[in-house]
This record gives sequence, structure tokens and C-alpha cells, in this order.
Amino acid sequence: MVDLSQTYTAPRRLAGAEGAKPKRRLSGNRIMIYGILCLISLYYILPLWVMVMTSLKGMPEVRVGNIFAPPVEVTFQPWIKAWAEACTGLNCDGLSRGFWNSVKITVPSVILSIIVASVNGYALVNWKFKGSEIFFGILLFGAFIPYQVMIYPIVIILRELGLMGDVWGLVLVHTIFGMPILTLLFRNYFASLPEELFKAARVDGAGFWGIFFRVLVPMSLPIFTVAMILQVTGIWNDFLFGVIYTKPEAYPMTVQLNNIVNSVQGVKEYNVNMAATLITGLVPLSIYLLSGKLFVRGIAAGAVKG
Amino acid sequence: MLDQTQTALDGISVSIRDLQLSFGAVNVLQDLNLDIAKGEFLVLLGASGCGKSTLLNCIAGLLEPTGGQIFIEGQNVTWAEPSERGIGMVFQSYALYPQMTVKGNLSFGLKNARVPKDEIERRVTRAAELLHLQPLLDRKPAALSGGQRQRVAIGRALVRDVDVFLFDEPLSNLDAKLRAELRVELKRLHQSLANTMIYVTHDQIEAMTLADRIAIMRGGVIQQLAQPLEIYNRPANLYVAGFIGAPPMNFIRGRIEGSEFVGPVRMPLTGYGWSEGPWTSGDTVFGIRPEHVKIGDDARHCACQTEVTIEVVEPMGADTLLWTRIGGDEFRIRLDGQTTIHEGQTLPIGFDIDCASLFDAQSEQRI
Ligand SMILES: Nc1ncnc2c1ncn2[C@@H]1O[C@H](COP(=O)(O)OP(=O)(O)OP(=O)(O)O)[C@@H](O)[C@H]1O
Ligand SMILES: [Mg+2]
Repeated sequence: MVDLSQTYTAPRRLAGAEGAKPKRRLSGNRIMIYGILCLISLYYILPLWVMVMTSLKGMPEVRVGNIFAPPVEVTFQPWIKAWAEACTGLNCDGLSRGFWNSVKITVPSVILSIIVASVNGYALVNWKFKGSEIFFGILLFGAFIPYQVMIYPIVIILRELGLMGDVWGLVLVHTIFGMPILTLLFRNYFASLPEELFKAARVDGAGFWGIFFRVLVPMSLPIFTVAMILQVTGIWNDFLFGVIYTKPEAYPMTVQLNNIVNSVQGVKEYNVNMAATLITGLVPLSIYLLSGKLFVRGIAAGAVKG
Repeated sequence: MLDQTQTALDGISVSIRDLQLSFGAVNVLQDLNLDIAKGEFLVLLGASGCGKSTLLNCIAGLLEPTGGQIFIEGQNVTWAEPSERGIGMVFQSYALYPQMTVKGNLSFGLKNARVPKDEIERRVTRAAELLHLQPLLDRKPAALSGGQRQRVAIGRALVRDVDVFLFDEPLSNLDAKLRAELRVELKRLHQSLANTMIYVTHDQIEAMTLADRIAIMRGGVIQQLAQPLEIYNRPANLYVAGFIGAPPMNFIRGRIEGSEFVGPVRMPLTGYGWSEGPWTSGDTVFGIRPEHVKIGDDARHCACQTEVTIEVVEPMGADTLLWTRIGGDEFRIRLDGQTTIHEGQTLPIGFDIDCASLFDAQSEQRI
């Protein structure tokens, strides 16, 4: 018999990678990639830079200075004016009125549309009824009809309901228009959850609402976040429905921003316009920043399965 | 009529009458009849897609049958809600509620049934003791191992004090060692609780070791319903014979002529336990299990003897598998322990009629 210990001794350490992780050298490829990324970032950042800088300058400086230069004398006057003093039509209380109008429109629209769509999606996945697929098909079809076609019919419907010009009329419109895409989102997410979980809950005696609120909703935070972001940004940024279906006192912020920026009387106050635009964009922006990771997770979870 | 049903259901826990289920045009279950005694451990065994889970889901009330009736403990529950049937169910994927603690999982069903708080506490404690879950009660399912998760899932059925436990391949997500452990645990549980249990699996060993009776299913039809050893010794048809046993039964095609089976081998049939017959002519399939084949000197006393050339030897430690051919068909021999037989060797083999099975070649039924 061969004595193994004689013929073969394992090296104490195997040859190969040792020591600290080597630093990657910059190859030509990488320089290309980073270069392009920098250029694209610049392309997106420059306008924002110009806006922020301009909004912090006084009018005299705006007139003479280079638009890329930082302000010599920082002033927050344009921001204050945009928020509280700028005139639109008869009112001279700045964007603040529009901001609160937008809040009054967005909050109920988002909540209402998410509640209805999540229950829709849940029922379509877990409580299939005869014709539920057709129902879903029709709902999806709604997503492909151009908005413009529906503007006038909706005017008539709102008038008949007595909601024309009212904030609640606009809430109703936003809720309905959000329905197809949100239902799809929730349906796909709930379909990706294990079916046996739903079965187990039924055996445990939970009903339609019990399963929804106590089993499914607690494990669906990511998709609710995605839905909220989609709706908040979509509704906050809406201009068309706002201008058509509300009266001047109830105009949302976007419409008021337009009225400030496009007002024809007097000199163009670029600094105020920039500040006003930034204030208007701040809400969707902060929503993105605050939800960060959840948003990515939700998108990844809800997007794929059909 | 009602009285008749009642007396017919005495001592029977679950009774399934003419059950039918189809998904659109596909008939998954066809006129299925099954009576399960109180306290019985019934295993539904069959290949993938044969309708085992579908049958279990019908019993649980998670699928609505297209036709037929289901009785549990004497009640017609065909249209009852799952929670009203007195059943508990354990799933392959555990299906624990991820955001609830173990305790929350165990008590969810009781809370839905509005059981008083102290009663919930009592039952959860008892189930946790039975399943060794006490130290885990405040953990979330994500922080449990596979075996622990499945024990929680069993506990969830346990706390509800149900008449019938339904298991859908509860052990198939676990590794081999854990599976063996939990299998024994389940058997103990059944002995101490004496509930009716219906257990779906495609693992023969689980079926043989756990079952009081096994129902072998194929294409939504029960092929044979009998005690494990009866199924092993006297399979009702070719499908069952080929399905049960690892490796499965060997088949030799031939004919019966007078009192003899004639094919690649000849075998006198005196002493065969006929189910139908005796036959004196007709095309027949002769079946013999690999472990009932004798070799060498032992073979000389057998009623049927022949010689084969070994093609492959598979040593498996505790036993050895030899592969050969008889009449062109594959033929397997299983020997206890280890052997010096090598590939290419020619070997006398033999077998006796008392451990053989005969099947009608047309209908494939046992004769
Ligand atoms: N929702 C459904 N729609 C259409 N056909 C289905 C549906 N569910 C199951 N089936 C079909 O019914 C048959 C039985 O399915 P079932 O899940 O009962 O099989 P199984 O015996 O449990 O298999 P496995 O061992 O793989 O779990 C399969 O052929 C399957 O394709
Ligand atoms: Mg199954």
C-alpha cells in the first residue's frame, strides 16, 4: 500500500489570490463610460444650476450677469415673493394659494385611487369571478384611450353631478384616470405573492377584508409606495385637468405657476419665476428622495409578472 | 333518505361521493369516491399532475367541485367555507404570514373565530409544547429554519382543534435528514392526537411508513386503495406495480397456456393466488419484484429458473442492484449487502410463484 503522506503533502496555502483586494486600474473602456456619464449628468444638472442660482439673485444682477455665475449677493426675496406676493389675475398672494389647492386635490385623489385600485387588484387575483378577466381587459383598455377624447364628455358628466369647478370633481377625475395603471400594478404584485398564503388565510377563517388588511397589505408596503409616488407626482404635475375642471380660486399650483410665469404685465422677473418653478417641483422631488429604496423594490416587484 | 346517509357515515370521518372537478374542458377529477375512517391516516400518492392537490383543495373547500358531494364528520360540507369544515391544512411552502410572529401565526385562526383570549393562550402553549416551539414564539418566520417553519405550519392546524388534518406535501421542501425526523414526529403526533389525516405526497417512503391506507392516483382516478403492504404485495394493476417499489417491479411479457406462463421464461402457475381466474389462456404480463429474485445456489430450488448476463452493477452499500435483460426487457435484481458479481458475468437466477403478480396484458388489471 502506498503511504499517502509520503507521496503528497498539501501546500500550507494554495497559490492564487492573496493580500488586499487589488485596486482596479482605469481602463480605456471605463474612462469612456465615466466620461459619458459625466456629460449626461452635466446635461441634467446645468438647467437646475441656472435655476437655483438665478432664483437667489436680485433683478439688477439677473439683468447684467452671466446666467451660470453664482450670485454675488444672495437674496431670498424672489422665493418669498413667489410664495406669498406674486400676482395672478386679481389675487396677489403668490403660489401659496395654489399650493394648498394642490394639496387639497392631491391628498384625497391619491388616497382614494390607491384604496380602490388595491382592492380591485386583490379581487382580480384572489377572488376571480366569472368574467373577471374580461373586466380587467376593459379596464386596461382605458389606459390606451387618449385623454383629449374624454375631456368634453367628462365636462358634461361633472356638470350633471354638480361637481364642475369643484375640487371634488377633479379628485373624481384623477381617481378614475389612475385606475387602469394602478390596478395593473396591484394585480401583478398580488399575483406574485404565494397563492398558498391566501389559501392558508382562508382555512384560518379570514374573509375578504380580513385577508386583505391583515395578511396582504402588511406585506405589500413596497407596491403601495410605488403607487403613491406615481400618483403624487402625476396628480401634482397635472395641468390640463386642473385648468379645465376647476375655477380660478381652486386652481392647482401648476396652473398658478403658469399664470405667474406667463403674466404679460410689467417686467419679466426671472428670479421670481425660477423660484416659483422650484417651489412647485419640490413636492414630487422630496417624495422621490424620501422613499428611495422602497420605490426601487416596489418597481422591481410589481413590474415584471403578467 | 337522510337516515340512510347518516347510518352510512357512521365511523367515517371524510366521505367523498362522485366528486368531479374540471378546469374548463379539462377533467381533473372524475367520479371520485372515497371513504376515510375516523382517526385514519390516509396517504394520497401519485405522480405529478395526477390531481392530488386538487382533491385535497376540494376537501378543504378551496376549490368548488363541478359535481358530487363531500361529507366531513357526517355534515354535507360541499358548499361550506373552508373555516367551517373542521379542517386544518399544511402547505408545501409553509405559507406562514411573514409579518406576524410565530405566536401571531398560531393564533390568527383562533382570533378570526373569536376564541376568548385565555383560551387562545392555553391552546397556543399546548401546541408549542407538542411541537417544541416554545423558544421561538416571538420570532418572525424569516428567522426560522425550514423544519421549524413547517412545525409552525403544523401548529397552526393543531391549535384550531380540527377533526381532519390535510397535508399537501409538507416535507418536500426539506432536506433528507430533516424529512426523516419530521416524518417520525408526524407519526407520533398522529398517534397521540388520533385525528383523521389526509396526506398528499409523491414520496413512496413517506407513504409506506405513515399510511394506514394508501390511495394511488393517476389522471384523477384512484387506482388502488389499500394498506401499504397490500399495495406492495398485491398491486391492483400494472401502473401501481410499476409505481410502488424502488426500483419498480420487473415485467415479463408472455402468455398463459394451461397451467403455465410461457414467455422468455416458463413458469408453472400452481399455487398462484388468483384474483380473477384461474386463467388457462391469454396474453399476460408476469411481474416479479427485484428483491424477490434469487441468484446462484438459492435459485436452484425455485420453480422458475433461467440464466442472465449482468450488464450493470450498482453497489449502494446496504444493497446492490444488478441490471440485466430477459426477453429484451430490462430486468433488475436487488441483492442484500455487497457482492463480488461483476459486469459481463453470466448468472443462474430464479423466482417463485408466491411472490409474483400476473396482469392481463389488455386491461392491465391483476388477475
Ligand atoms: N387552475 C388550474 N387551471 C387549469 N388546470 C389546472 C389548474 N390547477 C391544476 N390544473 C391541472 O390539474 C391537474 C392536477 O393538478 P394538481 O395540482 O392537483 O396535481 P398534483 O397531483 O398535486 O401534482 P404535484 O405532485 O405536482 O403537486 C394538472 O394536470 C394541472 O395541470
Ligand atoms: Mg400538488
